Amino acid sequence: MSWKIWSLKKSPWVFHVNTGACNNCDIEIVNLLTPKFDVERFGIKLVGSPRHADALLVTGVVTAQAAPRLREIYRQTSKPCVVFCIGACACHTGIFRGGYHVVGPVDKIIKEIDPNAIIAYVPGCPPKPEAMISGVVKALSTL
Amino acid sequence: MTETSQSLFQLLFWILVFPGFLFSAGLGLIVSWIVRKVSALVQWRVGPPFLQPFYDVIKLMGKETLIPQDAQRIVFLGAPLVGLAAVLLLSTMLWRITIDQTTFVGDIIVAIYLMTLPSLALILGSSASASPHAAVGTGREMKLVMGYELPLVLAFIVVIIKSGGQLSLAAIAQQNPALSISGMLAFLVALLCIQAKLGFVPFDMAEAETELGSGVLMEYSGALLAVWKVTQAMMLVALPLFLVMVFLGGLNADFLSGLATPVGTLPVGVIVLLVFLVTGLLARFCKYIDILFLLSLIAACILAGLGKYVLIVVLIILIKNTNPRVRIDQAMKFFWFYCGIALAVAIILALVGNTYGIGWL
Repeated sequence: MSWKIWSLKKSPWVFHVNTGACNNCDIEIVNLLTPKFDVERFGIKLVGSPRHADALLVTGVVTAQAAPRLREIYRQTSKPCVVFCIGACACHTGIFRGGYHVVGPVDKIIKEIDPNAIIAYVPGCPPKPEAMISGVVKALSTL
Repeated sequence: MTETSQSLFQLLFWILVFPGFLFSAGLGLIVSWIVRKVSALVQWRVGPPFLQPFYDVIKLMGKETLIPQDAQRIVFLGAPLVGLAAVLLLSTMLWRITIDQTTFVGDIIVAIYLMTLPSLALILGSSASASPHAAVGTGREMKLVMGYELPLVLAFIVVIIKSGGQLSLAAIAQQNPALSISGMLAFLVALLCIQAKLGFVPFDMAEAETELGSGVLMEYSGALLAVWKVTQAMMLVALPLFLVMVFLGGLNADFLSGLATPVGTLPVGVIVLLVFLVTGLLARFCKYIDILFLLSLIAACILAGLGKYVLIVVLIILIKNTNPRVRIDQAMKFFWFYCGIALAVAIILALVGNTYGIGWL
C-alpha cells in the first residue's frame, strides 16, 4: 500500500454537495459532526472547498440545473478522490425516477466525465449516520 | 573542512533542523493537535488522534496540485513559499535568541516585519487565484491586517519605552513588563492581535468556513495547501514565543535541561516519556485515557520550562472556543477604537512611569 493511500485513509476530508436533495440526508450528514458520532476521531473533516476534499458526499437526485455544477465540482476536486452517493435519491434517483427534472443518478453524471471514478453507495432514506460511517470505512478499505 | 564551509553547515543545521524547520514544524503540528483536541473536549467530543496533523500534511503532499485556469501562476505558486520562508526565519531567530542569546540591535523590528510577511503572502497568493470567494477573503484579510498591525506595533512600543529604549530582543526578554499596568494593557491587546494573526475565532473572517468556503485558502490544493498548513502550525509556535519574549521575560535559556532534573531515581524526562507511552498505547483501547495523554503532554511542557508558552496557548484556545466570529467592521472598530485608546493610555502611563521612576505604572 503506497503512502499516499495510507495517509488518505488516515485523514479523509469531505465536501458536501447537494444536487437537489430534500435536506434530510444533509441533516444526517451534519449529524456526523455532533458529539454523538464525532467523525473527527477518524480524521474526517468537513471542508468548505472541493479543492481540499478527498471525498464528495453527494445527496439528492441530480436535477437538470445541478448536473453541470456537479461535473464542475468533480473536476475541481484534486485526485485521488472518492464520490459517495448518500441516500436513495443519489444512488438510483429513488421515488423521483422518470421525473421531468431528473437527469441523474449521480454515478451516471460522474462516469460521463471520468469513467474510472471511485463511487460508493450508501442507500437509505435518509441513511443512518452509522451507515454512512460504515460506508466510508468500506469504501476506503477497498482502495 | 574550512571555517566558512563549517559555519555554513552550522547555519543550515540551525535553519533546517534544530531550532528551524524540523523542530518548529514538529512542535507546531503537536500544538495544533492540542488546539483541536481541547476544542473537541470543550464541545464534549472525543477529538482527533495525536498524529492527526501529521497525517493531514502527509496526505496533502500526496494529492494532486491543481492550479486554476485564470490564476497568475508564478504568484500563486510562490506565495506559500514566501510565507513559509518568513516564518522559518522568524522561528529560527527567536529560538536562537532564547537558547544562546544570539541577538543584534533592532531584531524586534525585523521580527515585526517577518510576522507580517505570511499574511502578505496569503493576500498575494489568494488574490492571484482568480476566485471570487478568495477575493472576498483577501479583502477581509487586508482590512484585518490593517486593523491589528497598528495596535500590535503600539503594544511593542510600550515595552520598548518601559525597557528604556532597548531594541534588541535578548535585552527586552531580561525584564517582565507584564507586571505593570501599562505592560498588562499592552500584553492583553497584543494577545488579541496574535489571535487575529493566527486567523482563529473570533477573527477568522478571512477563512470563514461557513460563508466563504475557506476564503483565502479556497483554491489551494495538494502540496501547496500542505505548505500553508505547516506555515500556520509554525506561526502557532513562533507568535506565542515572541509574546513570551517581549512581555513575560522570555523562556528559560536551558529549557531542555529541565527535563533532566531527577525526581526520586528517574529524571523527569524519563517519567514523562513513560506516561506518554502508557497513555498513548491505552488511548487506542480506552476512550477517555487520551485526556490523560493531553494532560501529561502539557505537564511535560511546563516541566521543561515552557510554562509561559503553554499559558499563552491556553489563553488563545480559550478565546477561540468561547467567542463567535465577529464581522470585519466590528473587528476594525475593536482594534482601532478600543485597542487604540487602551494603548494610548498605556503609552502615557509608561512614559510617566519612566520619567518619574515608578515601576508599577
